[in-house]
Amino acid sequence: HQSAYESDNIKVLCRNPDDYVRETTRDIQRVPRNYDPTLHPFEVPREYTRALNATKLERVFAKPFVASLDGHRDGISCITKHAKSLSTVISGACDGEVKLWNLPRQECLRTVQAHEGFVRGICSRFCGTSFFTVGDDKTIKQWNLEAPGYGVREEPINTILGKAVFTGIDHHQRESTFVTCGQTVDIWDEQRSSPIRSFSWGVDSFSCVRYNPVETELLASCASDRSIVLYDTRESAPLRKVIMQLRSNTLCWNPMEAYYFTCANEDYNLYTYDIRHLDVPVTVHMDHVSAVLDVDYSPTGREFVSASFDKTIRIFPKDKGHSREVYHTKRMQHVICVRWSADNKYVLSGSDEMNIRLWKANASEKLGLLSTREKAAAHYNKKLIEKFQHHPQVRRIARHRHLPGDILKQKREQREMKEARRRREQNVRKHSKPGSVPLLTEKEKHVAAVVE
Amino acid sequence: MSAVMPELLTSTHVEKMKKKKPPKRYWEETENTDQSQRRPEEEEGKAGQNQNESTVKERPLKRKNDERLEKKDPFPGEAPIPHKQLQKFQRGEKCKVPAGARRRLKEAITSSEAMSEHAQKQAARYDLLLPEDAGFLEGDEDEDTNTISQDDIADAVDITSGSKYFSLHLSQFGPYRLDYSRTGRHLLVGGKKGHVACIDWQTKDLMCEMNVMETVNDVKWLHTEAMFAVAQKRWLYIYDSKGVELHCVKKFNDVLRMQFLPYHFLLATASATGFLQYLDVSVGKEVAAICTKMGRLDVMAQNPHNAVIHLGHPNGTISLWSPNQKEPLVKMLCHRGAVRSLTVDKTGTYMVTSGLDRKLKVYDIRAFKPLHSCFLPAGASCLSLSQRGLLSAATGDIVQVYQNILGSSPVSKPYMAHRLRGQIWGLAYCPFEDVLGIGHGEGFTSMIVPGAGEPNFDALDTNPFRSYEQRQEWEVKALLEKVQPELIGLHPEQLSKVDQASFEQRHKEQVEALGFDPLAKVKFKPKTKKKGRSSAGAIEKRKRKVAHEDQRDEIRQSVQERTEREKELKEKSNEKKLGNKSTLDRFRK
Repeated sequence: HQSAYESDNIKVLCRNPDDYVRETTRDIQRVPRNYDPTLHPFEVPREYTRALNATKLERVFAKPFVASLDGHRDGISCITKHAKSLSTVISGACDGEVKLWNLPRQECLRTVQAHEGFVRGICSRFCGTSFFTVGDDKTIKQWNLEAPGYGVREEPINTILGKAVFTGIDHHQRESTFVTCGQTVDIWDEQRSSPIRSFSWGVDSFSCVRYNPVETELLASCASDRSIVLYDTRESAPLRKVIMQLRSNTLCWNPMEAYYFTCANEDYNLYTYDIRHLDVPVTVHMDHVSAVLDVDYSPTGREFVSASFDKTIRIFPKDKGHSREVYHTKRMQHVICVRWSADNKYVLSGSDEMNIRLWKANASEKLGLLSTREKAAAHYNKKLIEKFQHHPQVRRIARHRHLPGDILKQKREQREMKEARRRREQNVRKHSKPGSVPLLTEKEKHVAAVVE
Repeated sequence: MSAVMPELLTSTHVEKMKKKKPPKRYWEETENTDQSQRRPEEEEGKAGQNQNESTVKERPLKRKNDERLEKKDPFPGEAPIPHKQLQKFQRGEKCKVPAGARRRLKEAITSSEAMSEHAQKQAARYDLLLPEDAGFLEGDEDEDTNTISQDDIADAVDITSGSKYFSLHLSQFGPYRLDYSRTGRHLLVGGKKGHVACIDWQTKDLMCEMNVMETVNDVKWLHTEAMFAVAQKRWLYIYDSKGVELHCVKKFNDVLRMQFLPYHFLLATASATGFLQYLDVSVGKEVAAICTKMGRLDVMAQNPHNAVIHLGHPNGTISLWSPNQKEPLVKMLCHRGAVRSLTVDKTGTYMVTSGLDRKLKVYDIRAFKPLHSCFLPAGASCLSLSQRGLLSAATGDIVQVYQNILGSSPVSKPYMAHRLRGQIWGLAYCPFEDVLGIGHGEGFTSMIVPGAGEPNFDALDTNPFRSYEQRQEWEVKALLEKVQPELIGLHPEQLSKVDQASFEQRHKEQVEALGFDPLAKVKFKPKTKKKGRSSAGAIEKRKRKVAHEDQRDEIRQSVQERTEREKELKEKSNEKKLGNKSTLDRFRK
């Protein structure tokens, strides 16, 4: 018997283990890949399973509460960020006390008894050397951000005595002027003790005034006659105002697209306006079940956070009608003020029960340094959730939030009320002359008038 | 080979460039310079003649000269990828931007398409880096490869490969069924008379051997080589690799055949009582028990593409099952006699069946259509398809291997054949190896079939060389992405498609899920009023006010339309009347 087959005519798979097994135990394992789709069946179901797991893990790790800064002896009335330093915030309380906080160490750096009565507004100067406070005692005070030496009394750098109570203050982005609001909107020079200019438009008081971060001469303010007024500081008269159904408490400009601003309204909603078309809001953000008291944009301009009288804070995407996140704790009372940190990672909220709370802006985000693999895994999971977001299981898990019983009850009640209102309107329309009761969209309902 | 080479070279994408000379050095004589290098100098000279004092102009010309000497990329642009290779990694059809799409949708579609194309190209490029090539066997001229004996093959190949042809003489407890683990390293054999053994067949290490003292109907590895299932005379047993009995699953009785679905962690069993049962081996729960009402089930296969179980029946039909449905997904009549054996290829495109009518048929199971059939004189009792599409059929005591059977070409001569002693009971290809395992009455034979196995494995999925830690890690990962049994269906890729259910269908599903119809009209309930105004008559009156409101609306509308139409007709007829004036009309009063 002869074996006649040369190796030219035949080849049998034979793998040398040296090519597939690591040489020493200190080496990393060899992982040869083959991306042939037939070797990877059930691609889609497996990916879907991964997405489902990622969604579940995201909810499991959603622990947004980071820290609580306590030390104030009365409800927090305002918070502001330091213009230059990420780790410093300044807060004012209802007893006239102002505190400077160091966030990473979660401790109070300095306490200043700034005013008698409420501290109504704080703003930090753009250079980060001093800050301004206004209070119920009709004064504007400028303070040094550096602490005074040992044994030296805390004294303001400058004190301006006004004629009426000031309710808010904001500083110009680049120049040494600032604006206050109260009975009128006043523009001040830091060097003078009387306002350079005063605006009023037949109103008795304003609650909030903000400089536009991009078009720096533009101002917006909320007035107590349910209107939002726009000003140009270079002109002598206000530009225009939009009158709504209910009063707006505060407003905030979008820092990236500065022709948008969002106002927090008493009717439980937030409204995003485009200043070029004030007659109809761009978006109505609904989810709160009580008056919205404060709003602040993230530095990326894609989301904003709102604080409400219903003891919750909510995070809204700027172009979505409903919130993506709601934060609440058992002990947090009416949230008066809220700020988004300049590194886009944290949210600060100050509430009635004398605490400032630090929250993560992204509830399930891992804090601290991440390894490359952790980062890659986080990105992959995010993308997976995005890809399968419309699948009913994934959507159900991703959307679920626990809410306190009160809020849930109020939500249900309000839905019922809304439905009843809709039904009544329908009945009115049915029994009146065709066309006399027009159909209004939700956006159109809340604007009463625009005055030039 | 030498004849092929030049043709290959000309067909490559690289154009033949002129061979470049190295730049001229100072010691070389000017006569040796290349023609192409001298030309600019000549031009320079000419330019100098034309403009007598051109010292300023010399500079840019010199730089031009230097540029010519710079290296040019001989392979400009991206390397081309063969179309066939690209096609292999194509997933579904490309999505086109619909006409009139908004800007955001347009951007989303184009960016995702670009991304998937990039991924496809990367994967196709990676094919170049694959380390191994598939095996093959070629006969000399006018020689059939099926006459080559296994001994000859074992002699011709290297020692390691040669040792893959071996026999285990186990004549006492046969015939044997067998199963290879998913990595292809471990072999499990189970004799009809109770002998069960698992072997690391490449090193010939015996992991365990025992006699269960009962009839053994089938053996199957579970997800790793640490556990296997044995279908014994009455119950289903699960053992670990040392032969320790882990479970006796009494819910599963009289099991004849088993299939393990690795991505779902499901063990599907077919029993003599006609039950198809699914056991989730990760949690130990019975997922589904389906009474097929088809009698004894001893022909079973799984579709590796969609995890659907195929059962062959004595009346010649084949039924397809998923655990989510009590009725078969598909029932097809394939043979005139009973079905003896069936197998499905790894892409889930083809099914090969054999029956008592001694026919071998190939079906396209995407379209459920027969492709071709052939007549085997002895009939095939066992069938098995390899990863690269070789079909082995046990006809009597001979194992035949066919090539190119999947496709439209009719069956030709077998590629290989091997005669054994005794009846063949089990047939399985070893994954990632050119080896066919045969269980028969006289024991077990491992046969070399060049070109059967996939040459390149994916180590993240199945790694024959994995260490203990790697196996542990893989197990955790695999369990995390265990596919739920609810997702088993004929088209697993449907999960990524847009759900285009109609509004009615979705509404129906919603009604079913909620238990009530959220869009149903609320029945009018009159409020109770005081001072005797809520008498039955008054209530009835108020009800009548809102009753049939929709109908009334419709009627009102139709009446309005009718009146308008009539008006129009009237006007038209009036016009007609006016038009048909006769001369005598003026005498009319």
